[in-house]
Amino acid sequence: MSAAVDSAVYRPAEFHRFEAGGRQFVYLVPSAGVFELNEVSGRILDLLAAAPHSAEMLAERLPQYAPRDVFEALEELYQSHAIQTPEGFHEPPQQPPPQFPLQSLVLNLTNQCNLSCQYCYEFGEDKIATPDGKPKFMDWETATQAVDYFFRDSAGRRSLHITFFGGETLMNFPLLKRVVEYARNKAAGEGRSLDFSLTTNATLLTPQIIQFLSENQIGVTVSIDGPKEMNDALRVFSTGKGSYDIIAPKVKQLLAEHKTRPIAARVTLTAQVADVLKIFRHLTEELGFQEVGFAPVTTSSKALYSIGPSGLDRVLEQFRELALEYRDWALAGRHHAFSNVSDTIAEIHQGVSKSHPCGAGLGLVGVGPSGDISPCHRFVDSDPHTLGHVSHGMDRDKQADFLTRGHIHSKYDCHSCWARPVCAGGCHHEAFVRYGDTGHPNLHYCDWIRGWTDLCLQIYGEIAVRNPEFLAHFDRRKTLQ
Amino acid sequence: MKNLRAINRKAHAIEEYVSAAQDDVVALQQGRGGNNNPATRPHYPVGCSIVFSPGWEVDSAGGTAGLCQPAERDLYDCYISCFWPAQVPDHLNNYPDWTKKCASATKDWKDIDLVFP
Repeated sequence: MSAAVDSAVYRPAEFHRFEAGGRQFVYLVPSAGVFELNEVSGRILDLLAAAPHSAEMLAERLPQYAPRDVFEALEELYQSHAIQTPEGFHEPPQQPPPQFPLQSLVLNLTNQCNLSCQYCYEFGEDKIATPDGKPKFMDWETATQAVDYFFRDSAGRRSLHITFFGGETLMNFPLLKRVVEYARNKAAGEGRSLDFSLTTNATLLTPQIIQFLSENQIGVTVSIDGPKEMNDALRVFSTGKGSYDIIAPKVKQLLAEHKTRPIAARVTLTAQVADVLKIFRHLTEELGFQEVGFAPVTTSSKALYSIGPSGLDRVLEQFRELALEYRDWALAGRHHAFSNVSDTIAEIHQGVSKSHPCGAGLGLVGVGPSGDISPCHRFVDSDPHTLGHVSHGMDRDKQADFLTRGHIHSKYDCHSCWARPVCAGGCHHEAFVRYGDTGHPNLHYCDWIRGWTDLCLQIYGEIAVRNPEFLAHFDRRKTLQ
Repeated sequence: MKNLRAINRKAHAIEEYVSAAQDDVVALQQGRGGNNNPATRPHYPVGCSIVFSPGWEVDSAGGTAGLCQPAERDLYDCYISCFWPAQVPDHLNNYPDWTKKCASATKDWKDIDLVFP
């Protein structure tokens, strides 16, 4: 035992402490490990939070415990990097491997849409797309090139995922059908597994399409904002007429006849439509969705439908109420449809610690009707963000620039935030719309992210204490979405 | 780990990593709280010839420069565990109390006396 270690002074490293089910926990940063503390380790952290202590000082301050118990707990806290000596821990930033294999492809089959939702990032006032002179619908040649490119650049992956997107995806359904068959055959030939999903506004669903989606096990996400008066506030046709009456019967039919994959609703929250509880009840109880996810609208802060800070607080309050209901259901072993909770808990359970907020430009790319490759579907058709073309592949310099700017190590504001393992600065697209730089941290929702992550950690901790078997649902990692 | 209970998968990975690191280099292991902490004090294998005990031959990086520190540790390793009678008295049969005045090798090694068989 060297004297230097013997007399070392300890102070807290980075972690977020929380309580759940009457127990104490730490969420370690940046590792994202979740540990339950026993009494003595909790007391040590209490003392270190007030002032640095040496091992001997701690043993003296905690006379109710045998010194060996204090030293042992101290050792474990140090080894798991919950506490540190003045030297700290040297953890050099890790860059992803230069040619990270793709896992997900988002095909924007068309940039056209039969709705005119007022908040749409593709056509609204915050649009970044530059579609002039480009094809409005993807053609067969571009689609097969895109699939070939995807299979080439995903070498080594055994399971792949293709998402169809738009515009309104189903406006190019004939191409979708052919792509499914083409990509299936290609995957079978290479001995890889492949699954599909799509996002739609549901206006064009027909019994034949529903049957195709069900037979091919294609996951479906429906964009819908709640009951009629809420959905129709902003999700309208170009005439201004609301879309609810058209989609409600089609959605019911979809839910009744497509049982091979869970069908999810995706709700965009705006200043006008933010009654989370009412929307959730309607979508689950009246329409029958098994998964409902909410996201505040992406926009600059000056748009009329933008949710201001006080609006976000109210939304978080409703999220809390619904999340606690999720917790109660989980403790009883039941599935609850509020997917914002299950998504976050899945990441907490794995201990995800992100270098980038999502897989955009890394394991996931978007391809537009022209064949241009973008970081994700939200950047499709936007020239400044193009990363290459399906005919010649990814431009590695552009990709490296995008990924370097989006890396957590270049986001200085995030370096002191305990929620960075799950957030990593937030959506690249939202950052660009708000701040004009995909690598800018989304500072307008930091409090939201921390509040939400803390709540989900508490729910996770309580499930871990009272119904740990439930967590087996999260053992398998979700594919990138 | 006894004081921290791993909850999520990352925590289990950390626990595995820590216990692997702690269990590996037994002879040079340095614990929080120093030698007062028996949980992290090196244990003595019964005879080095039957136990692979890295840290005596090479350190975790394959080097030999930092081994057997402090040097006095060698007394114990030869006396108690290795039983190397050519260098030190034999603990098992003839001199079980040879080090009884020596509570800590680094401080009290001078109290260990010569023996005259």
